[in-house]
This record gives sequence, C-alpha cells and structure tokens, in this order.
Amino acid sequence: MKTVFKRTAGLKDNDTHYCPGCTHGIIHRLVAETLEELGALERTVGVASVGCSVLAYDYFNCDMTQAAHGRAPAVATGIKRVLPDDRLVFTYQGDGDLASIGMGEIVHSAARSENITVIFVNNAIYGMTGGQMAPTSLIGQKTATSPGGRTPRAQGLPIRVSEMLATLDGSTYIERVSTHNVPHIIKAKKAIRKAFETQEKQQGFSLIEVLSTCPTNWGLTPEESLDWVRDEMIPYYPLGIYKDIRKEREGV
Amino acid sequence: MGKVLMKGNEVIGEAAIHAGCIYFFGYPITPQSELVAYMAKRLPEVNGLFLQAESEVAAINMVYGAASAGVRVMTSSSSPGFSLKQEGISYLAGAELPAVIVNIGRGGPGLGNIQPAQSDYFQVTKGGGHGDYYTPVLAPSTLQEIIELTSEAFRIADDYRTPVILLGDGMLGQMMEPVEFRGIEEKEFKEKDWATSGTEGDGPPRVITSLDLSDIKLEERNNRLQEKYSMIKKQEIKVDSLYTEDAEYIVIAYGTVARMVQSAIEKAREEGMKIGLIRPVTLWPFPSEVISRISEDIKGILAVEMSAGQMVEDVRLAVEGKTPVSFYGRTGGVIPSVEEIYEAIMKLGKGVTA
Repeated sequence: MKTVFKRTAGLKDNDTHYCPGCTHGIIHRLVAETLEELGALERTVGVASVGCSVLAYDYFNCDMTQAAHGRAPAVATGIKRVLPDDRLVFTYQGDGDLASIGMGEIVHSAARSENITVIFVNNAIYGMTGGQMAPTSLIGQKTATSPGGRTPRAQGLPIRVSEMLATLDGSTYIERVSTHNVPHIIKAKKAIRKAFETQEKQQGFSLIEVLSTCPTNWGLTPEESLDWVRDEMIPYYPLGIYKDIRKEREGV
Repeated sequence: MGKVLMKGNEVIGEAAIHAGCIYFFGYPITPQSELVAYMAKRLPEVNGLFLQAESEVAAINMVYGAASAGVRVMTSSSSPGFSLKQEGISYLAGAELPAVIVNIGRGGPGLGNIQPAQSDYFQVTKGGGHGDYYTPVLAPSTLQEIIELTSEAFRIADDYRTPVILLGDGMLGQMMEPVEFRGIEEKEFKEKDWATSGTEGDGPPRVITSLDLSDIKLEERNNRLQEKYSMIKKQEIKVDSLYTEDAEYIVIAYGTVARMVQSAIEKAREEGMKIGLIRPVTLWPFPSEVISRISEDIKGILAVEMSAGQMVEDVRLAVEGKTPVSFYGRTGGVIPSVEEIYEAIMKLGKGVTA
C-alpha cells in the first residue's frame, strides 16, 4: 500500500490536551513538518510559553525549554546567542503571552533582529485561564473579563502585532496567516517554512502570526469557530506579508 | 600576574571570566553599572558575548535561556533591579538551571538611594521569589575575596544545578583595592548532558521546565530540591572567624560592614575586652552550627548590619536563647563608623573590666 500521509517525525506520539476544534494541533504539525523537512529536528531548540501551549514540549520532538509568561523571546535570545549558528531556535507563543505580558520582550527581540523564529498564535482570547480578554480580543467580543463586550472606551483597542512589529527596522520577515480552511493551512505552512529559512540564512527576526480558534472559550462549535475567524478576525487582522527584507539581510 | 588596582564591580567581571563565564546579560543600575560596562568591553576580547537587555526581567530570562543551553552565564543588578529578577530566579531554581546573579545592594525600600546597604538579606537568603526554594548566597568582604567567591559561585551553581547569588553592596562595588588574579585555570567543567542545545548525537529530546501539572510530580520535584538544599547545607557552609578562641563576646557581621567591625573589635581588644568576630561568608546556608556552638561558652552576641536587623533573625534562631543577642545597624545607605560600632561593643561589654 502506498503511504500518502503519516505523522511527522517532528511530533511525539502523545495524546493531545487541546480542545476539539482548536487549531493549535494543526499549527504544531506545520511547525513540526517544517523542521523535519529542513532536516533540523536535531539542531532545534523550541521555547514553550505560558498559556494553552505551555505543554508544547510534550509534542515537539526536539529539545524544548519552558519559559516564564511572556519571556520566551528573551529565553530564546539567551539560547540562540550562546549556541553555534546552525542551531535553530523558535518560540511558540499565544496572544496573551506575546502581546500583553511579553510585549517588551517581543518588541526588543525584533528590534535587535534576533535571529529567531516566532510562531505567534492569535485566537483573540486567553484560553488556558478560562476565556479572559486578550490584547487581540475584538471590539464587541464578550469574554470573562469583558462580559458586556469589549468597548474602545473601557478596554481600548485590539493590537495588530504584525503591523506593529513590521515598523521596526530590526524585523526581517513578518506574515499573518490563518488556519480556518485547507488552502489557508497550506499557505500557513509555506509562511512558516519561509520564517525558518530566514533564520537558517542568518537573516534575522522572523514572525508568523497564525489566526487560530478557541471554540471552548468563544462558546462556538468547531465549525462556527472557523467561520468566526473568516468573518470576524480576518477583517480586523488582514492576512498577508507585512515585512520582507530578506534580500537586504543577505550576507549581513 | 602580580597585583592590579581595580574597582570592585570590575573585579567581579574579571573574576567571572577567570571562572570560565564568557556570557553576560545586563542592564544598567547604580551602583553596579561598572560591571556591565566592564563586561561590554572585555567579553568580546575573550570571544564571549555581552548583551544589554531591555530590562532586568529580560536579562534574567536571557540568562535562563543561556543556562538551559549549557553555558556558564551571569547577570548583575542592584536592589530594585534585583527584585525584578526574582521571577526568573524562581524559574531557574525550579528548572534546576545553574547561573550566577550578582546583587550590589543599595538603600531601600522602593527606589531608595544609591548608597551601600545590606537590606536585601531577607530577599536573597529566604528564596525571594515564589515557591519553596533557596539560593546559595556568597558575601565577600574584600575585593580579593570576590575573586575566590565568584569562582566558587560558578562551581556551586554547576555542581548542584542551582542559581547562586553573589551579594555585595555599593561600597564593595565602588571601592578600589589591589587584587591578584592567578591566571585563567584550564578547568574541566562538568558535562551538561541535560542542556537543551539541539539533540544531535545526544539521544532523545530533552525538556527544561519547572512545570508539573500533577501534584505528586511537583511534590517529587520539591523533594528533590529539598534534598539538594540539605546537601548544600552539609557541604558548602563557609565562615570566617577572628579572635574567637578566648572570646567572651562575639560580633557577627558579613560583607562590607565586617571590615568596620574588625577595626572596632581590635580597638576593644587593645583595651582588654575579650571579643571576637564571626563573619558568615555563605549567608545561605547560614553558619548556624558554628554560632550555636560558640553561644554556649560566651556572655553575649552583637549582630551588626547595614539594615534594620535582618541577619540577626538567623543569629537568634541559631543561638536559641543560649546567650543574649543584641543588634546594631544603620539604614538608608548609612555606613556605620568604627567609633559607633565600638560604642555598641562597649555597651555589650558593660560590667567587664577593661
């Protein structure tokens, strides 16, 4: 029988703890497949963050370090700077981790053009702690800490991380992708690969923002959640490449 | 190599390099800034790395990353900045990562000032961050001793896989003294097969974390940490003593203030008072047994600190009421003079013929 699909060597054979309909599992697979394809699993160190992906080290089949809430880019900086250049270092962070408590670390890592790859999973809510408002929660979005719906006056406006980091001269490659259907998952994979290749070529800071779902805390079915990404999130968080100066960084 | 005249903060930097640490993540704060500047200049010369982080929080987490990758690594700060590192130190302790963190203490609380103080004793010796943990704390009182203890700090960190604190104060950091480096030893460091540096040729992937969602597993981790702390208590206590053989009274002091205390004690002895000095070199583990033993044979103890009285609590715990314990301290960055310490000693010795 011809094998048409198999588990990537980049993932361990563990049961998932993610909720049904959550796209973390897909994003894990895309990262893991990329590392496998690049032949990089044995020379990669991943940094897990705090949030739903806190247990990422149970899944990724490479060396993993767990960071304090928001500090993954600083931890990744420490790892990357002391290891040989052929080592790949990535962080896997949610929106609460990266865009709220860890905003300082991500901005400065981008500004320094740390040669790391950041996988930024944006599902517009704090998942692990039970559905509180995130910096990326949309206007009108009801969460445990914005029960009446987020309003600009009371809670401020959502942060567009990719657009913001793209303004920094240090960032090299930034793209926002989505996982709400198969064509977009395929695009997301390509973007993730480009990001790791940016690091392989020593071209500096790369970040892929992946729009993701949280059926449990959004109070939607898995299918409705995919529609919510398409209909509500993408209009506020348009997909596309926000920064690509890889050519300029060649040989730097 | 001969003696060179150096500033305390710079001595720490050079001593770290001599101990095989060529990675430093720092952030400026007075009165430790010379250390950061020294490393910025010196580390590239030894093919090392200096990185100025965006905050103390980022710096300690860069240290966490570098330590997890298996290298000797250091960061430094002063009291308010050290407070910011506490989260990271708790994580280092929980994930069992070796690193050396320098605290050149200054007056507090809050922003306080930039004068020397010893008011971070509680913070550094009682864990300081969240969770059940301790960090070994080494407190040099001379610049030459900084060299020895910096090297010891890295050894202890690696031997026990633990963060270690080197505690000084603004005076020790800023003063100049002649010191002698005995050359960079060719050291064989312990192999760190646990480090997450890419598995290539090392077998299955490794994980560094302080997270155990299972209560039983987290208790196991805590038990392992506590066993480690018991070992450190057994093997790593360092204490210096002076004139204790015939002493009827003992002064206990550490770090900078122990220097003033020594002068005051010598003055008191010239006048016939039988008084000695015990200087804890490790503040954690604290030399409780030495103090407990001596307290059975003496008439009283005076603890002197540049704080409102922090170490004195550990002294009292060690003494267990066997002899009276009194305290003299100055706060806010005031360095007590030899004369005022001498007067405190004389009060202690009231009724003793000179």
